[in-house]
Amino acid sequence: MITTFQVAYKNLLRKRMRSLLTLVGIALSAWVLVSLLGFNNGYETALNKDIDDMGFQLMIMAKGCPYEAATMMLKGGTGLKYMKESIINDVTKEPEVEKTTPILMAAVFDPNKGESGGIAAYFGVEPKSFTQMKTFLTFRQGGWFTDENSYEAVMGYEAAELEQREVGDMILIPEKNVQFKVVGILNRAGTQDDGTIYVPLKTAQKVFSRPDEITTLGIKVKKGIDSTRFEEKMYQLPDVQVVSLAEVKQTIMKLISTAKVMVLSIAMIAILIAMVGVINTILMSVHERFQEIGILKTIGAMPWDIFKLIWIETLILCAIGGVLGIGLALILSKVTGILIRYIMPYAPSGGLILIDLKLVLMTMAAILCIGLLSGLYPAWKAGRIRPLEAIRSEIG
Amino acid sequence: MSQNIIAIEAENLIKVYLRGSEKIPAVNDVTLRINKGDFISIIGPSGSGKTTLVNLLGCLDNPTSGVLYLSGRLIFNKGKRLPERELTKIRREIYGYVFQNFYLIPTLTVMENVMLPLTFYRKPGTENEAVKLLQLLGMEHRKDHLPGQISGGEMQRVAIARAMVNRPEVLLADEPTGNLDTKRSSEIVQVLKELNSNIDLTIIMVTHNQELARCAGRMFEMKDGQIFQIDRKS
Repeated sequence: MITTFQVAYKNLLRKRMRSLLTLVGIALSAWVLVSLLGFNNGYETALNKDIDDMGFQLMIMAKGCPYEAATMMLKGGTGLKYMKESIINDVTKEPEVEKTTPILMAAVFDPNKGESGGIAAYFGVEPKSFTQMKTFLTFRQGGWFTDENSYEAVMGYEAAELEQREVGDMILIPEKNVQFKVVGILNRAGTQDDGTIYVPLKTAQKVFSRPDEITTLGIKVKKGIDSTRFEEKMYQLPDVQVVSLAEVKQTIMKLISTAKVMVLSIAMIAILIAMVGVINTILMSVHERFQEIGILKTIGAMPWDIFKLIWIETLILCAIGGVLGIGLALILSKVTGILIRYIMPYAPSGGLILIDLKLVLMTMAAILCIGLLSGLYPAWKAGRIRPLEAIRSEIG
Repeated sequence: MSQNIIAIEAENLIKVYLRGSEKIPAVNDVTLRINKGDFISIIGPSGSGKTTLVNLLGCLDNPTSGVLYLSGRLIFNKGKRLPERELTKIRREIYGYVFQNFYLIPTLTVMENVMLPLTFYRKPGTENEAVKLLQLLGMEHRKDHLPGQISGGEMQRVAIARAMVNRPEVLLADEPTGNLDTKRSSEIVQVLKELNSNIDLTIIMVTHNQELARCAGRMFEMKDGQIFQIDRKS
């Protein structure tokens, strides 16, 4: 007994090159679809990780744009606002607070950075409180500053790599003409810390002429505390804004969702192109087998049998193409990630393409649905072929 | 032969094609009775209407008017048209078809081609029919070959086996030897004769070849859409 599936599969082997080219079209679309959705996934996850790895749940900053504040914390930025250091005591005395860490951020234009210069981010931090927040930071070389007034710097992994610095080297802060001695280089953390240069808070306040001022106060609240209620309480402090990292995450995700729509539109176009290719291939095949399909009807095939046969052919093409495309996306995900990072250097750290089982299954289901839809018209057309027409065309 | 059981009975069958406003009668008032186990041949020049008649008898087309009975069952009655689905049901129950161009699926083996009708419809008791038929037609040794690896005569044997796999009551062979040389043509007609005598199969064969047509039990000629039985003694 030979099954409809076997007949359909063997039919596809007749025009191997055409079937192969159609498969390539479907595979490429599946690749684009999985990679784009994987990028969406990966970007979201990487961004979540970056935010979570900041080590604190809330930040207090001088009043200003919360988006800007969030960006500053994530990537460094300009247009910084400052608040008095005394706020540390006001916050720390609150019973909900477990730990705080003050930060003075400074962004300086470094003409030696990159090909045409760039912004170098300096974070003035207190090593004791900062390391309690960021327990995941470890050193490749050296350690934290020896003195809170020293001119010493700790460089993130990428910052050190970029400037080819080792412990013991001196770095010059442009514009300020002040030199710092590199005392530690961090291991790769996969967070924004990799690109940051840390200096002692007191020294940073002196160098950047911001005595007794900070830009940010990171807060970790005690376990079981309702952070929303605490956030409301913090808003009672004068001239500050409270940035909850959960809120930051939400805001950035909102922005990302806009990008998502665009990404999905591109994926849809890729799918439509593949769909047209499939319809064309199957229609050509039906046209070429016009007589044969008519004869199948004389030997007992009902319209539904022919419909099924052609539909299965489409599904086989789509299933194999889908598997190939997903495989390709999985194999090349690292390369795609590197390429995206090259195009978007400020993308979150970590893997940018995240292809999980759910995405694979979803894509496969989508490709099969497309197969079902693409096969509808050719299968319907084939099902309507009358044996008599086939025989007449034989006579002709 | 079961002379008394009527397999096909046609009364005043007419098929008219329209070419613009012009009416072309392809089959013109044909009345014909074919008994179970008959082997009849229909000859005639191109355009005489023999293929159209076979299409009507084989339920591949609806007549314009006339009556058709198959095994006593009324199929067409005075212009009543049957939808394609109904025609297919009748076809797969009653008929096996053999065509000039074989129409074997090139990517399926000989055995798979013979079994193909069973994929769509299977009469009870036909499980081993494909093997038996290939043995009967001397094609068993070629069962794993592809159509491209066998001769034209062998391909037609495979097509006959395919037509026979669901044990049809009537075998319609439209120019079954049209693509074969004289030797292979004689072999195919011999095969049909054997099927007719061995399993009492009703066969209607359309051919251009008078010599082959004479192998049939009864011989008809079509002229201008009308049918005439040929007296073989003359």
